[in-house]
Amino acid sequence: MKHGRPVVLLIALALTVAACGSDEAASSEVVLMTHGSFAVSEGVLEAFTDETGVSVTVLEAGDAGAMVNQAILTKDNPVADVLYGIDNTFLSRAQDEDLFVPYRSPALDRVSRDLHVPGDAVTPVDVGYVCVNIDLMELERRNITAPSNLADLTDPTYGGTFVVEDPTTSSPGLAFLLATISRFGEDGAYPWQAYWKDLVANDALIVPGWEQAYYGEFSGGSGEGDRPIVVSYATSPVAEVYFSDLATAPTAIVDDGCFLQIEYAGILRGTEAEPAARHLVDFLLSTTFQNDIPLNMFVYPVNEDAQLPAVFLEHAVYPNEPVVMDPATIDGNRERWLAEWAAAVR
Amino acid sequence: MRRWTLLLVGAIPAVFLAYFFVYPLVTILYTGLVAEGRFATSAFREILVSPSIRGVAWFTLWQALLSTVLTVALGLPAAYVFARYRFPGRSVLRSLTLVPFVLPTMVVGVAFLAVLGPGSPFGVNLRGTIWAILIAHVFYNLAIVIRGVGAFWEQIDPHIEEAARTLGAGAWRVFRHVTLPLLRPAILSSAALIFLFSFTSFGVILVLGDLRHATLEVEIWRQATAFLRLDLASALAILQLVGVTVLLIVYGKARDRRAAELPLRPPSETARTPRTWGEWAVVVSTLGMLGIVVVTPLAVLVGRSLRADGGLALTNYANLFDPPRASALFVPPVDAIVNTLRFAIPAVLIASGIGMLAAVVIVRARGRSGRVFDSVLMLPLGTSAVTIGFGFLVALDEPIDLRASLLLIPVAHALVAIPFVVRSTVPVMESIQHRLREAAAVLGASPRQAWREVDLPLVARALAVAAMFAFAISVGEFGATSFIARPATATIPVAIFRLLSRPGTFGEAMAMSVVLMSITAVAALGIEGVRGSRSGGV
Repeated sequence: MKHGRPVVLLIALALTVAACGSDEAASSEVVLMTHGSFAVSEGVLEAFTDETGVSVTVLEAGDAGAMVNQAILTKDNPVADVLYGIDNTFLSRAQDEDLFVPYRSPALDRVSRDLHVPGDAVTPVDVGYVCVNIDLMELERRNITAPSNLADLTDPTYGGTFVVEDPTTSSPGLAFLLATISRFGEDGAYPWQAYWKDLVANDALIVPGWEQAYYGEFSGGSGEGDRPIVVSYATSPVAEVYFSDLATAPTAIVDDGCFLQIEYAGILRGTEAEPAARHLVDFLLSTTFQNDIPLNMFVYPVNEDAQLPAVFLEHAVYPNEPVVMDPATIDGNRERWLAEWAAAVR
Repeated sequence: MRRWTLLLVGAIPAVFLAYFFVYPLVTILYTGLVAEGRFATSAFREILVSPSIRGVAWFTLWQALLSTVLTVALGLPAAYVFARYRFPGRSVLRSLTLVPFVLPTMVVGVAFLAVLGPGSPFGVNLRGTIWAILIAHVFYNLAIVIRGVGAFWEQIDPHIEEAARTLGAGAWRVFRHVTLPLLRPAILSSAALIFLFSFTSFGVILVLGDLRHATLEVEIWRQATAFLRLDLASALAILQLVGVTVLLIVYGKARDRRAAELPLRPPSETARTPRTWGEWAVVVSTLGMLGIVVVTPLAVLVGRSLRADGGLALTNYANLFDPPRASALFVPPVDAIVNTLRFAIPAVLIASGIGMLAAVVIVRARGRSGRVFDSVLMLPLGTSAVTIGFGFLVALDEPIDLRASLLLIPVAHALVAIPFVVRSTVPVMESIQHRLREAAAVLGASPRQAWREVDLPLVARALAVAAMFAFAISVGEFGATSFIARPATATIPVAIFRLLSRPGTFGEAMAMSVVLMSITAVAALGIEGVRGSRSGGV
């Protein structure tokens, strides 16, 4: 059959190419699995290769949840050597699955003790905050004073002004839910479920993802919508300044209920390149990598020796009393909280 | 063709499907549902008693049915107009109808909210309603009817209809009793594809729906990635698979009524300029409908991409080609285009090759085995992408570790595209079957000769349509590509996603979307040109 042969050849060829490709995974290479928001300047990973002779292959594995699932599903025969980008909302689950080989990097001494993980199963690399953002000009135009805390958002003054992400489909959405749980508690006279009911009653809009919330519904900065209050990141105003060449930020954060997200790197159990993997974790904490973090991923470096770029020094805000939640508490309650949230807002 | 040759030919698509679909699927479902040697029946109990899951399942089904009916109803007149009439701008407009197919849902969401949201120029606010979802499904899938049915329609000899009319039948009766039965296989094929796409709809539902609207696909993803409940996700995936299988059985039964065999004509001989006012009215009103459903949202996106510096400017495009910030987030458009083509070309080749072999087997092996094979080939379209993605990870580590291989990207695209190749070539092949034997007997030509000289060009036209869809599927695909991507291989949709995942780069994301639209339109026009020149020679 004349049509058959080219396809057989094609498949055979493809399999051969793939086979050759996977043979490269010798000790001179280390594979870094990370999420889709990973970004690094040109030359940074090359600096690591120059230093150690080890080349880095970056494997993007979808969003944070998809990445953690991938790591769990492949734990008996990992695809990568180092996982970077798992945060405190997923950490406990990964540790239950025993994904990581503990490692204490010497560079960890330059990282705040508060961020360390007991037993050093994983290494903190960057931190960010999920915060309520406001459109300064639009609020002024409407003659509304800026909200000063989360509770304000249920006030009729802010009716129809707030847009927030669905915690079952969005990672900032989950962070904000956790912040409200921490602020309002589970058992008091006014628990978090009641707060969410009031938010919805006050015409807060819930959308599935950050993109829809910020670009689709938010009125501030580069947003296209008509709602002046949104759940985004503490660094969003900085990004607005940076990408739009503005002198002052058109948006600001509400310094209450900012949720601390810590992103970690861990050496995956089963790796055949553990020494190289350790070098890579050290490198992620080095000032070479840490200095590069802010303008690429718009989160903060953890190494105290890291230099923040000018636009961060000028416009970035560290929230005063961020919400810090124990990973084990998050994992132990995630399913119940999400189900209760869905019931509260429906 | 002898039986063993047929088996041999069939083995290639069968092995491909078994290794890249059935095996990963079974493995991930097993992993999700069997813990320490015990089958998690509790997951099934949990989804069966949950009223919210029942709601999701019901919504998934009815919105898919309604989307299919709406798309076919709006697509048929358009398919007719493109197939039967020549008018200025015909190829350009037909090429444009393919563009929605490749656009990321995020970008389409922006356009739809602008057209149908609170600030709508039409004065309707459909945000969060079922209508926004249905219209988006029509927007995405209209091309399937226009191309799938149109490619067949334009090869039906108009003389058949004219004969019926001469015999005194009115226009409606001719359509109902002559044209429709001839088109039936092609309509059923398109409807099945649209149903599968809508049944497993994900991005559209997330972007345009609200909390009350979720498909099984959305729920599977939610269970897997937010709740980390792989057992529930697997049970839901099985529920979804059962639904798709039932649909495919119904579809198979409907298709079983034998396709009418008729002589096909080259399109160049069947299309003509509209003659009467009535004909012009049909053409103009159909084009008006396309203008509203397809062209308006696309125009909104182009408009947004040009909005910068407080007016209209090319700043967003300039920033794409020469980014003012040295952020690695920016993928240069030329690189993104090259990366996209590097996946799209192999995807088209794999899908065409495997799909054609499968089509030959389906047509020759009339009877049950052919039908079953046909249906199984369509299953990947109706299977949760999340499930297959995770399936690749757990299954494809031995004998060769393909899990991180870039080969998986065109393979995943081909899995979705193969049904298009099969669906568009099988009806053509079936209707030339009979003629093939006749030609051999009467003219003394060998079957092989008749196939090469007469039928291959007809099949080639059908294949060109399918190749175009395969190309569009690969070019627009985001899920699988982002799942196993590397920064160095970022495609256009991945680049758009990156631009959309930071504040301040919205305009650039729109500009990149217009780049994606342009590539698709150019490719569609190119294939249109190839088809035109070929049909001239027949």
